[in-house]
Amino acid sequence: MSGHSTYEPKTGIERWLDARLPIIRLAKDTAIDFPTPKNLNYWWTFGGILAVCLVTQILTGVILAMHYVPNGDMAFNSVEHIMRDVNYGWMIRYIHANGASMFFLAVYIHMARGLYYGSYKAPREVLWLLGCIIYLLMMATAFMGYVLPWGQMSFAGAVVITNLFSALDQVIPGLGTAITTWLWGGFAVGGATLNRFFSLHYLLPFVIAGVVGLHIWALHVPGNNNPTGVDVKLKEDTVPFHPYYTVKDGFAIAAFFILFAWFVFFAPEALGHVDNQTPANPLVTPAHIVPEWYFLPFYAILRSVPQKLFGVLAMFGSIAMLFAVPWLDTSKVRSMRYRPTARIFLVFFVLATILLGWCGGKEPDDMVITMGHDANGDPTGFSVVWFSRILAIYYYAYFLLVLPLLGLTEKPLDVPTTISTPVLPKGGAALPAGATAAPEKKG
Amino acid sequence: MSMLRKSAFIRGAVLGLGLLAASLAPAAARTTQAELKQVPGGFSFEGPLGKFDQASLQRGYKVYAEVCSNCHSMNLMYYRNLCQPGGPFYHKEYPNPNDSPYCKAIAADIKVPDLDPDTGDPIQRSATPADHFRNPYPNEIAAAASNGGKAPPDLSVMARAREGGPQYIYSILSGYIDPPPGLTIPDGKYYNPYYPGDLGSMWSGPKAKTPVGGVILMPFQLVPGRVTFDDGAPSTTEQQAKDVVTFLAWTAEPKQEERKEAGFAVMIYLILFTGILYLSYRQIWRNVAH
Repeated sequence: MSGHSTYEPKTGIERWLDARLPIIRLAKDTAIDFPTPKNLNYWWTFGGILAVCLVTQILTGVILAMHYVPNGDMAFNSVEHIMRDVNYGWMIRYIHANGASMFFLAVYIHMARGLYYGSYKAPREVLWLLGCIIYLLMMATAFMGYVLPWGQMSFAGAVVITNLFSALDQVIPGLGTAITTWLWGGFAVGGATLNRFFSLHYLLPFVIAGVVGLHIWALHVPGNNNPTGVDVKLKEDTVPFHPYYTVKDGFAIAAFFILFAWFVFFAPEALGHVDNQTPANPLVTPAHIVPEWYFLPFYAILRSVPQKLFGVLAMFGSIAMLFAVPWLDTSKVRSMRYRPTARIFLVFFVLATILLGWCGGKEPDDMVITMGHDANGDPTGFSVVWFSRILAIYYYAYFLLVLPLLGLTEKPLDVPTTISTPVLPKGGAALPAGATAAPEKKG
Repeated sequence: MSMLRKSAFIRGAVLGLGLLAASLAPAAARTTQAELKQVPGGFSFEGPLGKFDQASLQRGYKVYAEVCSNCHSMNLMYYRNLCQPGGPFYHKEYPNPNDSPYCKAIAADIKVPDLDPDTGDPIQRSATPADHFRNPYPNEIAAAASNGGKAPPDLSVMARAREGGPQYIYSILSGYIDPPPGLTIPDGKYYNPYYPGDLGSMWSGPKAKTPVGGVILMPFQLVPGRVTFDDGAPSTTEQQAKDVVTFLAWTAEPKQEERKEAGFAVMIYLILFTGILYLSYRQIWRNVAH
C-alpha cells in the first residue's frame, strides 16, 4: 500500500541528495503522501499521541538527568533541588512524572482500540508484536524511573519487583537468589541498584524509540487498519496523511495536552503516593505498598495467587497473552463493529481489567461486600482477593476461551464491501463485479 | 506455554487456592484515625487559583522558628528561600533573596556549625542567607536520643508526605485531647485521635469500642499564647496551627504559586490552540465523507 513514490526532486541539491540518501523521498512518502483510510475515528489518534508522549518523556528526561544525582544519599534531595532551585525544574519534573501516567493512559487506549478493531490480525501480526515489545519496554522503563526519586515507595517497589525473580528458587534452588543478587548489584536493594536503574532508565527510552521506528515501518507495509476492518480497495477509500491526519491528530494531541496540563499544573501529585515524599529507609517498610496506577491490574493478579511462583507466572502470563492474540483469535472478521457478541466480551474484558486495577489498590483482606463481623470485630464477606481471582480468571478466559472459540461459533453481521460503503449515500460508488462476495474472507 | 507447563500451572494454582482457604488469614492490626478537622476559613492556598497569604506565612515562620525548629530539622530550606518571590519575607525591592536585608537579619540571629577556615576546628558562626535552616541536633542519633528513641522527622516536605496533607497536620497539631477513661497511654507518649494507629493493646474496654487514633511521641505544643504574633493576630491554638501549616505547605512546594499561575496561562493557550486546530480540521475535511 505504500505504493509508488510521487516525489520529484525539484532543485539540484534535492536531486543530488535523492541519488545518495533519499531521505526527503522517505519523509514525503511516509509522512505526507501516505494513503490513509479516510474513516479513521478518534481512537486512531492515540498513535500520534503516543509518539508525542515519547518525545516529551525523552526531552524532559534528558534535562532532568542534567540535575539528578543517582546516589542513595543524594537522589531524594537532588529531585527536590530540581523542584526548588532549577529554573522551571518543577515544571520539567512534573511533566516527566505525569507524562509517564499519560503515556500509559494513551497506550492502554491504543491497545484497546487494537483489540476492538482487530488490528492485530493478518497482515499486521508483526506490527502488533512490536507494539507488545514497546509496551514491555515501557513497563520496565517506568518501573525503573519510579525508583529514581528514592523515596519510600521507590525503595519498596524496587524490593517487591526484583524479589519476584526470587520465586525461581522454587524451580532451581539458588537460581532466583543468584538473579536477584545480580539485579541488585549486592545482597539487598541499595545504591548499586539505584545507579544501574538510572543507567537503564536512560538507555531504554532510546530502545523504545528504535522499536517505535520498526512499529511504524511495519504499519506502513500493510497500511492502517480502519474501523470497518475492511481492506482499502479503491483510491477513494484513502486520503493523504497530510494534511488530513496531521490536522486531525494535531487536534487530538492538543486536546490530550489539556488533560495532561491539568495534572501537571493543578494536580501534579494526584497520581503519586505520599509515602514517596519520605526518603528511602530500608529499616521502615511502608504500611501499604502499591505500585503506580498503571501496574495495579497486574499487581492484583500477582496477589490473587497465594503461591509465589505461580503468582509471578500468572502476572507475567497475563502480559504474555497479548503476544499470542493474533493466533488466539480465530474470527475472519477484523472489526468488532460486525461482531456483536465479541464486542460484549471485550467490553467486559476492559471492565475486568479496570476492576483488577481497583483491587490492586486495595488490601487483599479488604471487603468488596461486607456481610458481617467476626469475633474480633473485623468485617467478613466477599474479599478483594476473591474478587481479583474471579476477574483474573475472566481475564485469562477472554484470551484462552473467548477469542479462539467465539470466532468459530459466532455469526458476524454483514461486513461492508468497501470502506466507502457505510459513509456514502445508497452504498456509494459502483463496485467492480464480484467485490461484494464474502468480503470477510478477503482479509 | 506448553501443554505440560499449563497443566502444572493449573495444578499449582488449585493447590495454592486450597492452601489459602485452609489458612484464611487472621485479621491484621487495624489502623484507625479520626476524620480530619475542618480548617476554619480554609487555607488560602487551596484550589487551582489559591495563593499563599503572606501574613499567614510570616506568622507561620515565627511558629516554626520558635516552636518546631527546637526539635525538627528542615534540611531542604535555606534562609534565602524566605525572601524569594512567593516567600514570607519577599520584597520587590530585593529581587535577589541573598541580598535581602530581611533574610540577612533573620540568618544573622542564628548560629550554625562550621569549621574555622584557619585551624579546622569546629566553630559556631552566624548563618547567612545561603545556609540551610539550622538543624537542632548535630546528627540523627543525637536527635533520636533526645526524643524518646526516634528522631523527629524532617519537616521540609511534610505537607506533601502524609495522607491528607495540610489538613492532616492541622488536625494533629490542634487535635490533642485527653485520653478517654480506659485508655492507658505509656509514659513519654501522647494520645492523638488524628494520628493513625492501633490502640487495641492499651484499651481496657470492649474491643468494638476501641478509641480511634494512635500514640505520638510529640506532646501538645501550640498551647494558646505560645507564640506572640507581631501583627496582633490572636495566638489561639487554631491560629498558630493554621499559620504554621500554611508555612509548611509553602516549604513543601515553594513554587506552588508559580505552578498555578503558569498553569492558568497554559490552559488558556491550550484551549484556544485546540479550538483553532478543531476549526482547521473541519475546514480541511469539509469535502470528505467519512
